[in-house]
Amino acid sequence: MAKMNLLQAINSALDVAMAKNDKVSVFGEDVGHFGGVFRATSGLQQKYGRSRCFNTPLVEQGIIGFANGLAAQGSFPVAEIQFGDYIFPAFDQIVNESAKFRYRSGNEFNVGGLTIRTPYGGGIHGGHYHSQSPEAYFAHTPGLKIVVPRNPYQAKGLLLSAIFDPNPVLFLEPKRLYRAAVGEVPEEEYTLPIGKAEVVQEGTDITVVGWGAQVEVIERAAELAKKDGVSVEIIDLRSILPWDVDTVAQSVMKTGRMVVSQEAPHTMAFGSEVAATIQEKCFLYLESPVMRASGLDTPYPLAHEKEYFSDHLKTYEMIKRSLNY
Amino acid sequence: MATQMAKDPQKTAVTTELQVISGNALDIPMYQLLKEDGTVHKGVTLPEISKELALKMFSTMQFIRILDERMIAAQRQGRISFYLSSLGEEAAAIGSAAALKFEDMIMGQYREQGALAFRGFTLEQFMNQLFSNELDLGKGRQMPVHYGCAALNFMTISSPLGTQIPQATGYAYGQKQSGDKTCTLCYFGEGAASEGDFHAGLNMAAVFKVPVIFFCRNNGYAISTPANEQFAGDGIAPRAVGYGMNAIRVDGNDIFAVYQAMQEARRLAVEENEPVLIEAMSYRMAGHSTSDDPSGYRSKEEEEARRKREPMIRFRNWLVKKGWISEEEADAQMQQHKEEVLAALKKAETVPAPHVDEIISDVYDEPTQALKDQLDALKAHIRQYPDAYPATSGGVK
Repeated sequence: MAKMNLLQAINSALDVAMAKNDKVSVFGEDVGHFGGVFRATSGLQQKYGRSRCFNTPLVEQGIIGFANGLAAQGSFPVAEIQFGDYIFPAFDQIVNESAKFRYRSGNEFNVGGLTIRTPYGGGIHGGHYHSQSPEAYFAHTPGLKIVVPRNPYQAKGLLLSAIFDPNPVLFLEPKRLYRAAVGEVPEEEYTLPIGKAEVVQEGTDITVVGWGAQVEVIERAAELAKKDGVSVEIIDLRSILPWDVDTVAQSVMKTGRMVVSQEAPHTMAFGSEVAATIQEKCFLYLESPVMRASGLDTPYPLAHEKEYFSDHLKTYEMIKRSLNY
Repeated sequence: MATQMAKDPQKTAVTTELQVISGNALDIPMYQLLKEDGTVHKGVTLPEISKELALKMFSTMQFIRILDERMIAAQRQGRISFYLSSLGEEAAAIGSAAALKFEDMIMGQYREQGALAFRGFTLEQFMNQLFSNELDLGKGRQMPVHYGCAALNFMTISSPLGTQIPQATGYAYGQKQSGDKTCTLCYFGEGAASEGDFHAGLNMAAVFKVPVIFFCRNNGYAISTPANEQFAGDGIAPRAVGYGMNAIRVDGNDIFAVYQAMQEARRLAVEENEPVLIEAMSYRMAGHSTSDDPSGYRSKEEEEARRKREPMIRFRNWLVKKGWISEEEADAQMQQHKEEVLAALKKAETVPAPHVDEIISDVYDEPTQALKDQLDALKAHIRQYPDAYPATSGGVK
C-alpha cells in the first residue's frame, strides 16, 4: 500500500496496464512528454516510449476515431479527452461507432479494448466549459459502459477493469478530487467490478444514491442528518452503465425512501433513470416520492458556482423533505 | 515513434515580396494508361498483371454489375428494402483491392462491393446480408450493402459518412506497431471528404506516419449535390499536400492505372510508413441509392457523355484485343453470373430472419441483466401477439 491522490492512482493504473500488456497505449492532447494537463500520464512516455504514450493533434473526433480503429485492430487504447466538456466533437465516434461496433458487425469486429478517460465535474472555478457532467448523454447509448470512481482506490481498480474489459468504457474522473482525494492504494494490480454499486454507509431511514465526487457531498449531508437522528444509507453507483439496480432496490425496500444527489443539471440527468426504475421496482415500499438534488437547469455558471451546485446542504434539505413528506 | 518534425517556424524562409498563393496553385493531372476505347497510351508500359489476375478482375467487375442491376430490380419489386449500386465505379474498387495483400485491412464506405467480392465474399454471403436473414454475418442488423467480414479483412460498413477515416489511421497505427508489414485501405467518396473526420484522419495519419491509403472515389455526386457545390479548387487530392502527405490523382475508370497507383501507394505506406491519398476520378452512373432518381438533378445528356468513359467496356476491349477473352466468352460469363445471382437471390429470401434472441447479443460481449430482462419481456409479448411478429414468433416457444 502507498498513499496516493486520485491522479497518482490513475497514473499507477496506467503504469500497471502498460507493463502488463504491450498493446496498451495512452494518448491524447498534451499526454506525451508533458504528461497531460493534469499530469495523469506523467512519466509514461519516458518509461514506455513515444509509440505507446504520445501527443495527438488537437482533434477530439480524431482521437476517438483513431482509438476506435486501434481497438478494432486488437490493441487496448486508453484515449484521454482533456476535459469532458470537449468530448462532444467525438460524440459521433463514441455513440455511432464505439458503441455499435460489435452489434452492427454481428461480432465480426469489436472495439472492446477501448477506454476513454476524461475529467468531469465542477468545483474548480471552471465555468461552462471546464465543469460539465456529461454522463447522461452517454448513458442513453447501448453498447457503452460508463464508470465513475470517487477516490484513489476506486480509480485504480476500476480503471484497470475498464482497460481490459471487453467493451468500450467511458471513464469519468472527478477532477476536483484529482489532488484533494488521498488514500491508501495497493501498488500492484487489482480490479474492482464494473456494474456493481458499493454501500458506502449502512443506514435504516433513507437511501441516498450518488456517484463520483458527489458521494463526498452525500457523506457530508448524511452527517448533518445524523445530528437529527436520521440514519442514512449511502450508495455509490460506481458504474452508470450498466448500473446496479438490485443493490439500490434492496436498500430502498429496507429504508422506504430515496434521494438521488447529482451534479448535472436536473432535467434528464441520470438520477431521473434511477428514480423511474426505483419507483417501478419499489413502489409499494416507498413512503415518499423519490427525490433528486441536482444542479440547476442552466449552463454551469462561474460566479454562481456555489449557488448552482447541488451541495451537501441542498442534499440534506432533500433528505428532510423526503422524511417529512 | 519516429515522427519527423514539421516545419520549424524559426527556419521558414523570409521574403519581402508579398506572395498570395492561389487556391488553384495545384492542378494535379489524372494518371491514365488505358484510353477510353481500351487502347493503351503510346509509350506506356502497363503494370505486370497475369492473365489469371486480369480475368479475375474482369469477372469480378461483371459479377458486381449483374449483382447491382439485379438487386436494384429486387428493391423495386419490394423484395429488399434498399440498395446502393456501384455502377460505373467497379474499376476503382476492384483495381485498388487487387493491388493489396490479403492481410491488408479494407475499410469501405458503401460502394466498394467490388473490393469485397475480389477478396472472396461469396454470392451467398452477399445475398444473406441483403436479405437480413439468419445466415447474414451481421445478424440482420444493418441495412443492405453494409457488409463486413473478419475472415476477409474487410471491416463492417457504417452508415455515418467518413467515420472510417480516422479509424483507418488508428488501425494502421496498430499494424505499424505490430511490425507485420501490412496496411489499411480506406475508401470514401468526395462528399464524405467534407466531413470533419476526413481532416482528423488525414492529419493524424500524416503526423503519425502510418501505413494507410486513403482512397477517395470522386464520382461527381453526393446524393444530388454535384462536386462543384461540395468544394472549390482542384478537388480532393491537393488537400494531401496541406497535410504533408503524398497525393495521387488517377483515372478511376482505368483499372490498370488504379492498380498501378495502388501498388505505388502500398509501397510508400508499407515500406516507408508514408500515408497516401488517392483521388480516383469516376462517375456514379446510377442514383445514390434506390431512394433517389438522378433525373431530378442531372441531365440525360450528361449521363450519356459519361457513359462513354465507363470502366468495364474499356477493360473488356483491352482483354479481347489481347486475346485473353473472346466477346462470346465474356457474354457467356455475364450470362452465367446472371443465372447464379438469380438462383442465390431466390434461395436467400427463403432463409428465416435471425432468431429474436439475437436482438440482445453483441450489444456487449455478454448481455447485461437489463437486456436479459427486456428480452424475456419481449418474448412474453410476442407469445401474446404472435401474429403481429411473424418473422420471429415461430422461434419463440
